[in-house]
Amino acid sequence: MKTTAEQQVKTINDAKAPQKPKKRSQWAEVWRRLKRNKMAMFGLVILIVIILTAIFADFIAPHSYREQNLRNINQPPSAEHILGTDDLGRDVFSRIIYGSRVSLQVGLVAVGISIIAGGSLGAIAGYYGGKLDNIIMRIMDVFLAIPQILLAIAIVSAFGGGLFKVMIAVGISSIPTYARIVRASVITIKEQEFIEAARAIGANDFRIISKHIIPNSMAPIIVQGTLGVAGAILSAAGLSFIGLGIEPPTPEWGAMLSNGRHIIRTAPHVATFPGVAIMITIFSLNLLGDGLRDALDPRLKQ
Amino acid sequence: MSETILNIKSLKVEYNTQEGSVKAVDNLSFSLNKGETLGLVGETGAGKTTTALSIMQLVPNPPGKIVDGEIYFNGINLLNQKNDEMRKIRGNKISMIFQDPMTSLNPVMTVGSQIAETIMLHQKFSKKRAAEKAEEMLDLVGIPKNRAGEYPHQFSGGMRQRVGIAMALSCNPELLISDEPTTALDVTIQAQVLELMKKLKEQFKTSMLLITHDLGVVAEVCDKVAIMYAGKVVEFADVHTLFTKPKHPYTKGLFNSIPSLDEEVDRLKPIKGTMPDPTNLPRGCSFHPRCPYAQEICKVQEPDITELEDGTKVSCLIYQGLVSDGK
Amino acid sequence: MYRYILKRLLMLIPVMLGVSLVVFTIMYFTPGDPAKVMLGERAPQAEVEALREQMGLNEPFHKQYISFISNAVRGDLGRSLVTKQPVATELISRFPATLKLAGAAVLISILIGIPVGIISATKQYSLFDMVSMIFALIGVSMPNFWQGLMMVLLFSVTLGWLPSSGYGTFSHLILPAITIGTSSAAIITRMTRSSMLEVVRQDYIRTARAKGLKENLVINRHALKNALIPVVTVIGLQFGYLLGGAVLTETIFAWPGVGRLMVEAIRQKDYFVVQGGVLLIALMFSLVNLGVDILYAFLDPRIKAQYK
Repeated sequence: MKTTAEQQVKTINDAKAPQKPKKRSQWAEVWRRLKRNKMAMFGLVILIVIILTAIFADFIAPHSYREQNLRNINQPPSAEHILGTDDLGRDVFSRIIYGSRVSLQVGLVAVGISIIAGGSLGAIAGYYGGKLDNIIMRIMDVFLAIPQILLAIAIVSAFGGGLFKVMIAVGISSIPTYARIVRASVITIKEQEFIEAARAIGANDFRIISKHIIPNSMAPIIVQGTLGVAGAILSAAGLSFIGLGIEPPTPEWGAMLSNGRHIIRTAPHVATFPGVAIMITIFSLNLLGDGLRDALDPRLKQ
Repeated sequence: MSETILNIKSLKVEYNTQEGSVKAVDNLSFSLNKGETLGLVGETGAGKTTTALSIMQLVPNPPGKIVDGEIYFNGINLLNQKNDEMRKIRGNKISMIFQDPMTSLNPVMTVGSQIAETIMLHQKFSKKRAAEKAEEMLDLVGIPKNRAGEYPHQFSGGMRQRVGIAMALSCNPELLISDEPTTALDVTIQAQVLELMKKLKEQFKTSMLLITHDLGVVAEVCDKVAIMYAGKVVEFADVHTLFTKPKHPYTKGLFNSIPSLDEEVDRLKPIKGTMPDPTNLPRGCSFHPRCPYAQEICKVQEPDITELEDGTKVSCLIYQGLVSDGK
Repeated sequence: MYRYILKRLLMLIPVMLGVSLVVFTIMYFTPGDPAKVMLGERAPQAEVEALREQMGLNEPFHKQYISFISNAVRGDLGRSLVTKQPVATELISRFPATLKLAGAAVLISILIGIPVGIISATKQYSLFDMVSMIFALIGVSMPNFWQGLMMVLLFSVTLGWLPSSGYGTFSHLILPAITIGTSSAAIITRMTRSSMLEVVRQDYIRTARAKGLKENLVINRHALKNALIPVVTVIGLQFGYLLGGAVLTETIFAWPGVGRLMVEAIRQKDYFVVQGGVLLIALMFSLVNLGVDILYAFLDPRIKAQYK
């Protein structure tokens, strides 16, 4: 009985959601629900700390990320180098601090690329349907048949490494995911009455897509995007790990890890700490992503 | 007076939500005699389904909890029964038909095996005999036996509800709880299903608690009626008395909001306002914000249950002589 | 049903053609010259040019692609530029190792993921639920190449219990299989739990309880089969992920599979091996997903009806 009442309230809210004045309150409601989720807030706080670390790396890092000291290599953690030094005597802690810049950039830009490209393709396919839909989605099927990391590896191995190319490779490899999500939500929204209403008052396709359909399919994109940043960071680190990603001396976590791999027996800290950094970042993004999903879809959380 | 099969005394059920505690059922009492049909009537959110689930002890917990009260079935208090004992009663002595036939059947099991399951469980039949009995039950509700091996999605809504009825009656229960069994069906199908239920109820000599918001259904099937509003029974009477002389302002309101063929009415008089927010019920009588007779006292004093000469039990300050009904 | 399977197999043809086109295009535009790779950097220009002509590398793009496809259909994926062996032979000789690894990893992830997910869901908010959910979250957050290294550090370097790399015995399989299986186990756990929580809220579960069934029967007979339907999809997707993840993991553990072959090939610019490897993995992935869709029909009669 309670659930039916709640569902009714929800349908009423949903029906109102597309109207302009209600939109802000809808997001305020999402934020209110998110705030109550302690795990998600924990993730958000960690994430903010990581972002601040990336922005203020110059002030936080005790050493330069490229300063070598060949007389002081592979040193275990000490007061001077709190996470030790690597095989070229560089300060691991400072390199991890600077590494956050690279990882966050890769994550955000790669996901940005896949959301914009995949989202537009999905929106077009879902909105127009028919032949266009068929063509786009069959192409997406082809890309989906290749495991993501493998596609990224193939692209990077063809066009070479470097920050920018890694971003593009990782971004391209997850386009189909977003295309599918957006297409699915566009199809659901397209059938709803307020779209009919917008069409009836003479709104053109572009206006309907940009003003009505995109804002209303934001929820799954936000959730997938948050989790996607985590995935992109992992993929980029994986690429660097097999020597295809970011080139030295840029301090990239995956590359640092790969670098420490050969000295794992003598200086295990070199490989350990960058991995911990990746894990904490991914962990916080996952916490936030899960929290957002629950907050955006209250039906799942009771 | 005939024997009482079900007697609910001051039942209280609460749901704890993030928005606060909701009293879904508050101090509810009514009783049902053997062989009779009691209609439990109210709007969505009045607490009808929660009442039914409380009898079955299937109130989802969390968030729901039976806080207080007694539910006597054949003289034993169900709320004191252990889980194992309760399981022997469920589906066997008390069974339930649910509102939405589209979602109430397991989509990955054949309808025959879903019926047979209950029979095997309670009657200790062999698999084969249970399957035969299931087919008989299908036949009884008007579904060809050879469809027992089909899955729910192969049936229409009305047919699925018949399956639900077959399942509920398969162990010959003493009490059948039907939670809006026809609401989700087309109007023409509604009548058929209702007719079937009425017929089988007679045949099986089952008592029935029929939950509905449709007074037409009540008139057709029920012997007694309990009108619920915001978790409470506001009026309890036999069907004839209720239809000829409704007492509670809410009941009157319900009658005024349905069109009548017998009387010339220029305009329907729907009840003003909407159901109150269950997390924030009004003080005093819950109905006072919508009541045309409400006075200051209704905002502060909760009405008691008054038993009138014609047997009607009503919960309204008018009948306690504290408020005038304007006549 | 058979018609459906046949139809799906036929639909695989255009998808694989598409994959081959994508891979071929990527490799075509890769800077570098296969002929030079084959002959070595210091080979005389004339010799390189002759080999290019012989390999058909001077043909226009579409002709090269058509010849690649018509050979590939016959199982000829060209020759490795480094070992000069046929690519198909190399892949086939490496494939069992990868399949063994991925199979072991899937098995681990199912054996852990499904039971833990079910228990977590039936005891939502219990200590078990919270602990396993935190572990699952850690499981999806760990980069598997890092996890592999850490396990080597713990079980091989420090404790000396298991070999850090190599192939052959069961003990060689343990660390790499756990490494790639962990994140899948975590994902399957999370999926099983949420699917189960969704299913136990359904009306038909209430119906099952109203019949008087014991809770374990409600879960095992009524909830589980319904809840597993989406989990099966995830397992299929995970298999593809495992095949991809094998690329990294095989490198760490010197596991002689397709993944390691490909990483070596990328380093040596052995284009045809990379190309063939991607095709093979994509084909496997598509076949697994087809298998998943067929399995669906056995779990869900509604879907079976659509297949007819």
